[in-house]
Amino acid sequence: MIKSQLVERIGRKLSYLSEKDITLCVNNIIDSLIKNLSKGKRIEIRDFGSFDLNYHAPRLAHNPKTGEKLITDPKYVAHFKPGKDLKERINASTQPIRAAKDEESEE
Amino acid sequence: MAALTKSDLTEQINRDIGLNKREAKEVVEQFFEEIKASLAEGWQVKLPGLGNFVLRNKTLRPGRNPITGEFIPVNARRVVTFKASLKLKQQVSRLRLSKQEEE
Repeated sequence: MIKSQLVERIGRKLSYLSEKDITLCVNNIIDSLIKNLSKGKRIEIRDFGSFDLNYHAPRLAHNPKTGEKLITDPKYVAHFKPGKDLKERINASTQPIRAAKDEESEE
Repeated sequence: MAALTKSDLTEQINRDIGLNKREAKEVVEQFFEEIKASLAEGWQVKLPGLGNFVLRNKTLRPGRNPITGEFIPVNARRVVTFKASLKLKQQVSRLRLSKQEEE
């Protein structure tokens, strides 16, 4: 599923809202998720999951091409932890896994 | 620092887009519900700028109780992982948080 399909699916449920408004809302939500994570703020969505930042300490590594030794920079990495409901629903699924793009040919 | 929640997203939509609180709440609920429904149907999800929700089938593997050392099979299952977009990865990796801010 890609963004336009998400807008369409929400529109089927909330038919009293215009597609334009739903598009604005979807963009607004995605922007806030990005902005807050980028500021280092956690996100916690009940029944969906949480986005956390994991700290990766500097470590000894080497460049696989040149063999040169180096120390990685310490960094943060965004991590999503699925909630219980999401985990159970995904695990109960009997449908094959399909790439996001292929959905265009679904209906 | 308190986490961002659905009610923060709802307030923001009410303020920025002008939907009333009830409508804004519904849109936020449906946003996450439809992502879950799509993943439950086997469709992976791609959200530009944020990242991709990717599905993976895991096979049965032997696991063990770390305390007793006893073998327990870990069942075959399907899991979801999140792959942050390049943009998000770059922005997040640049953060320099102190331990206090992290709490």
